Amino acid sequence: MGDLLNIFIKSVFIENMVLAYFLGMCSFLAVSKSVKTAVGLGAAVVFVLTLTVPINWFINEKILGPNGLFGMDLTFLRFILFIATIAAFVQLVEMVVEKFSPSLYNALGIFLPLITVNCAILGGALFMVAREYSIGQATTFGFGSGVGFMVAIVVMAAIREKIRYSAVPPALRGLGIAFLLTGLMGIAFMSLMGINPGNYMK
Amino acid sequence: MAETIIQVEEEKEPLFGKKERKLLIDPINDNNPITVQVLGICSALAVTTLVNKAIVMAVAVIFVTAFSNLAVSLLRKGIPKQIRMIVQLVVIAFLVTVVELALKAANYPIWKELSVYIGLIITNCIVMGRLEAYAMANKPWRSFMDGVGNGVGYGVILIIVAAVRELFGKGSLADFKIIGNTPEYLIDTTQNSFFAWYMPNNLMVIPAAALFVIGIIIWVQRSRNSKLVDVS
Repeated sequence: MGDLLNIFIKSVFIENMVLAYFLGMCSFLAVSKSVKTAVGLGAAVVFVLTLTVPINWFINEKILGPNGLFGMDLTFLRFILFIATIAAFVQLVEMVVEKFSPSLYNALGIFLPLITVNCAILGGALFMVAREYSIGQATTFGFGSGVGFMVAIVVMAAIREKIRYSAVPPALRGLGIAFLLTGLMGIAFMSLMGINPGNYMK
Repeated sequence: MAETIIQVEEEKEPLFGKKERKLLIDPINDNNPITVQVLGICSALAVTTLVNKAIVMAVAVIFVTAFSNLAVSLLRKGIPKQIRMIVQLVVIAFLVTVVELALKAANYPIWKELSVYIGLIITNCIVMGRLEAYAMANKPWRSFMDGVGNGVGYGVILIIVAAVRELFGKGSLADFKIIGNTPEYLIDTTQNSFFAWYMPNNLMVIPAAALFVIGIIIWVQRSRNSKLVDVS
């Protein structure tokens, strides 16, 4: 249990997808102009990451791995299968949500297709492989990474809403100041390094 | 006689004319994928701690953007609109797999260091963005040029950021010691590099520094070119 909590805390704060690895940066900068849309995108990312990381874990272990379905090492197909899974899953989620919960669909609607090409989703799957997580760890990691993305984008949107009233030099307005702010937030998150709740749980 | 020759040349469209040159040059400054179009920041910044890594990444991205643009442009009339995203992703994923396996065979240590970032070229918005914006509507040769241009524009920023970070963070450029002392120099004081008083600045090594450097590049670029200033 301490191990899972450790992975969760780590993926939210210390190894934050956006602020430590720069994944999902495109949507992070594009959609962080108001808090409301930021929350929508954040929720969609949490949802998709929590489910695609374990699905890709099964694909990696049970189909592509040397002990998998075909009994041979097919890991060179990993990229194609992972991205196809993510694209298909996002499509599926979109259809299901549209059918059963139109209000949620309206809230998430425009963000769902964007998520296919959000690097954080594929990044989550690839980090899961690179770090050799088990299924429980992979799910926790997916959920934690999603929450980390959400925290980062909501905080960023809140700052950008306020900064609109500040006297920023014209050439730095918009994108430039967003980059500098993200850098400062990254440094702020670095101060959380060294937190290791797993040690206290033992 | 002279007139007919000129006419023939105009109809044929030169292989490397003004338009092609514009496609190559524009993305390097006025329409840079990173600082102006805001595409492809995702997998870019983490590889900019060392110049060598940045160069490998830049070459990989140039290859993928150029050939995916070419392939999708060739296929563009046969792709149904509804499934074009998946077709594009398969083309990109195939090319990225080729790059990854080639790099793994050619230079294992660098492959190990870049780890997931080569794979993440697939979701690099720059590849997808150029496919949607250019290759789906233009002829193969021009799309190829557009891919090369955007890849180079991306690579230039990547290498500038990496050079700044490596020079100030480690005192070297592409692994050649330029400024400051390493611990070995401190022991053997007969060897000295230039500016031996310089102490490597660890701030430049942490990820946030890449964002600062790009923020400053954007600032400089927009001060020089007022057309790019964000009015909102």
